[in-house]
Amino acid sequence: MEDIKKLAWKNFNKGVWCDKVDVRDFILKNYSPYTGDDSFLSGPTEKTTKLWEKVSKLMEDERQNGGVLDADTSIISTINSHDAGYVDKDLEIIVGLQTDKPLKRAMMPNGGIRTAKGALEEFGYKMDENVVNIYENYRKTHNQGVFDAYTPEIRACRKSGIITGLPDAYGRGRIIGDYRRLALYGLNFLIEQKELDKKRLEVDTMTEEVIRRREEVTEQINALKELGEMTKKYGIDVSYPAINAKEAVQFTYFAYLAAIKEQNGAAMSLGRVSTFLDIYIKRDMDAGLLTEEQAQELMDQFIIKLRMVRFLRTKAYNALFAGDPNWVTESIGGMSNNGNTLVTKNSFRVLQTLYNLGPAPEPNLTVLWSNKLPDGFKKYCAKVSIDTSAIQYENDDLMREYYGDDYSIACCVSAMRTGKQMQFFGARCNLAKSLLYAINSGKDEISGVQVGPEVSELTGEYLDYDEVMKRLDNVFDWVAGVYINALNIIHYMHDKYCYERLQMAFHDLDIKRTMACGIAGLSVVVDSLSAIKYAKVKPIRDERGIAVDFEVEGEYPCFGNDDERVDEIALKVQKMFMDKLKKHPTYRNSEQTMSILTITSNVVYGEKTGTTPDGRQKGEPFAPGANPMYNREKSGIIAALNSVAKLDYEESLDGISYTFSFVPSVLGKDKDEKVDTLKVLLDSYFEQCGHHLNVNVFDREVLLDAMDHPEKYPQLTIRVSGYAVNFVKLSRKHQLDVIARTFHDKR
Amino acid sequence: MIGRIHSIESFSKVDGPGVRFVVFMQGCNLRCSFCHNPDTWAVNAGEEFTVDELVNRILSVKNYLKNGNGGVTFSGGEPMLQAKFLTLVCKKLKENNIHIALDTAGCFDIENEDVNELLKYVDLVLFDIKQIKNKYHKMLTGVPNDKILKMAEYISNTLNIKMRIRVVYMPGITDVENSLYVLKKFIKTLKNVEKVDILPYHEMGIYKWEKLGMQYKLKDVKVPTNEQVHQVEEFFEEQNNK
Repeated sequence: MEDIKKLAWKNFNKGVWCDKVDVRDFILKNYSPYTGDDSFLSGPTEKTTKLWEKVSKLMEDERQNGGVLDADTSIISTINSHDAGYVDKDLEIIVGLQTDKPLKRAMMPNGGIRTAKGALEEFGYKMDENVVNIYENYRKTHNQGVFDAYTPEIRACRKSGIITGLPDAYGRGRIIGDYRRLALYGLNFLIEQKELDKKRLEVDTMTEEVIRRREEVTEQINALKELGEMTKKYGIDVSYPAINAKEAVQFTYFAYLAAIKEQNGAAMSLGRVSTFLDIYIKRDMDAGLLTEEQAQELMDQFIIKLRMVRFLRTKAYNALFAGDPNWVTESIGGMSNNGNTLVTKNSFRVLQTLYNLGPAPEPNLTVLWSNKLPDGFKKYCAKVSIDTSAIQYENDDLMREYYGDDYSIACCVSAMRTGKQMQFFGARCNLAKSLLYAINSGKDEISGVQVGPEVSELTGEYLDYDEVMKRLDNVFDWVAGVYINALNIIHYMHDKYCYERLQMAFHDLDIKRTMACGIAGLSVVVDSLSAIKYAKVKPIRDERGIAVDFEVEGEYPCFGNDDERVDEIALKVQKMFMDKLKKHPTYRNSEQTMSILTITSNVVYGEKTGTTPDGRQKGEPFAPGANPMYNREKSGIIAALNSVAKLDYEESLDGISYTFSFVPSVLGKDKDEKVDTLKVLLDSYFEQCGHHLNVNVFDREVLLDAMDHPEKYPQLTIRVSGYAVNFVKLSRKHQLDVIARTFHDKR
Repeated sequence: MIGRIHSIESFSKVDGPGVRFVVFMQGCNLRCSFCHNPDTWAVNAGEEFTVDELVNRILSVKNYLKNGNGGVTFSGGEPMLQAKFLTLVCKKLKENNIHIALDTAGCFDIENEDVNELLKYVDLVLFDIKQIKNKYHKMLTGVPNDKILKMAEYISNTLNIKMRIRVVYMPGITDVENSLYVLKKFIKTLKNVEKVDILPYHEMGIYKWEKLGMQYKLKDVKVPTNEQVHQVEEFFEEQNNK
């Protein structure tokens, strides 16, 4: 053992990381910052190209087969439920599949048997009767637990859609194991450490919390042991630390693979592995054991595997999130607390995969931007963005203050300290509907049902701003309470019936938990309130007394124009709702946070929401995330960026998402000018304390053509609020929505 | 003091050097028959801004302008019509070291005090010459061009302000007879011209004419091909390399 460790850690600078799990310390003591440009990068090897051709063919078959290539119907997926699977053994440098065949979807019913069964049936498969029997008669699921405990009020809010997207029938996800730990320490050391953790929990009084934690740590140890079994099927032993770059990549991937074999979470993010892996790559290169081409091959092949991650989900789920996403988010770059950049050559290599394999939405490549990042890296990012639209950017200078310098992004915008923090994913509350409840005395504007608390009806021909704000405050009070109650139930049950054993095994014993709430329809509410405040808004009520339309007389400023009069309303609403969330006690004392993020679900939320005072008609989509409403940003890109950047990150620590599209010509004439301009926009937006930016650079014509000829654009990637997606996988309605989204074209 | 503003474009890469914040001022003293912004003509329309309101909007994007080596461009309409208002705005912008460009047709007396006061704060003039020949200029814009050419000489040669000449290129009109040669010759007499921008004529403004209930007389004029634009650009290239 000691021999392997010596070999594995040869030439590494020692530190506290040697005696206890501390990947950050290892990185800071051993990594080599890179401040040069992209000229060192390599293209794909022949092996990579051949393998990718095979995988691409399978993906095309999958698309033609209606979205699913194959699915398990009898094997309940666990870490080692399947034999080793390969695409082509001779071509694969990095191995490991979720099931025995590529793109075959695993069955994971612990989140909810009905959902799992329904998903299979929708794609023409039938769940094995024995499995149905087990789950209907012997094994309870998360979903059943939740509905056993839900109150009538929660059910009513869920049904009306004022609270929506709740992870009560599917895996909650958004948990990131520190998968690097397997490569750095090996399984044996990690199990030893967990045994020590368990010893720490031998205390005098067995309270419920201590009992629970003892059981959890035991489950984590069991999961680690199963992980060891899983890797042996591939003939690889992960008991000891990785001894070279190839093993480091393979081990890291295995750790992640075990997680996705066990959990079908909404977002199964990877973490922050590129710079970590660079240390191994550089050591091998310095020793003459690895060429640049081989280093790139490792990363390309790793990325191919990540592009193949699949989960079986219902069509309704896909309609909500659009395009079969997994949010295999990898966070790249950023700065360290001591002021040095964490950019390495491998930060470039992971982005280079977008050229070597072509653009793709997965993994969700996320650059942690600081204005102090090396110029060469900034330029390369801007170039890749312009060429592929497949990068999202987040403000490292802002997040480092809260999460230190070894955090990762879960899903799209949720930062967490890697291996030290987790979140309870909370979907979102529909703020636009909340506003309509405030106007309609708690009655749902579509069903007419009294969902919210009954209050006296609003009188007067026109809506009065102060009166509406007062009522909105009351609605927020009420809905935030119902919302937190629902989340408390959901996460209690998820921990009980669908605990992430393996992912939590790659966490410390003492972790910080957040209750990650969210809001949808911010710009709809803000513009509506602006109309009420600055113009005259007359509700048109139907025979039920419900306002189904609004007449607006006069002009009013809209969010997205850097106009203080309305932007301050956005800040007010943001803080108002966050304050309400903070009032309610949470499961496991998690800290309430809030995101302003909708992926593509803004379309579905819009469908469920009546006409709003801003002129948005019943059923029309909201703007995604924190975006201004389509075509209301009349003052151009920077003004729109400025409005969004004003939103307060402190009040939305789970992230503020802004999706941004423009045709490339607005950035300048030639490529160099475009790259430079995009760099300037990113630097400036983040200096203004903007949190997140999706950058889409493309022509409207390209999208129109792709709608009619999807086969021509298998890899057309667009970013939609915090995420990139294959355009051709979207429904026509979503495609039209994307096109309708403001193209920042010159007038 | 109140200024009238047609609209704001917070990001432009085509209205001066670097990243520009463009303020389209309301009101114009020309009536160009190819105008793509006829909705900026009326002097009493537009949105009212106080000096501070406008200055604050600009300062709010200051770091974009700084990082992008750009600044503010006052366009229009004819920004010089509101020279008093803009002078107050520019004074405050200069306190914040913001680069100021003025996109003007220059149809004013060179003795105009308000214009002279404003020009004190301007770093770069984007000077539009619609037609070098008076007869055609009159046909095209409704006014003669003698004041305009005098103003160009005054700004460039007397006030020594950097200048870019902007020419909207309409095949058969901009280059009628030997107009381009005469124009080039005139530009050569200007000491501080750093560039000649050829702006290809486009038809995206026609709908505005229709919306305003006005007749668009140039419907037969063709949009230049890229090739044509390139040729004209090359013709002025010598100037650009100066």
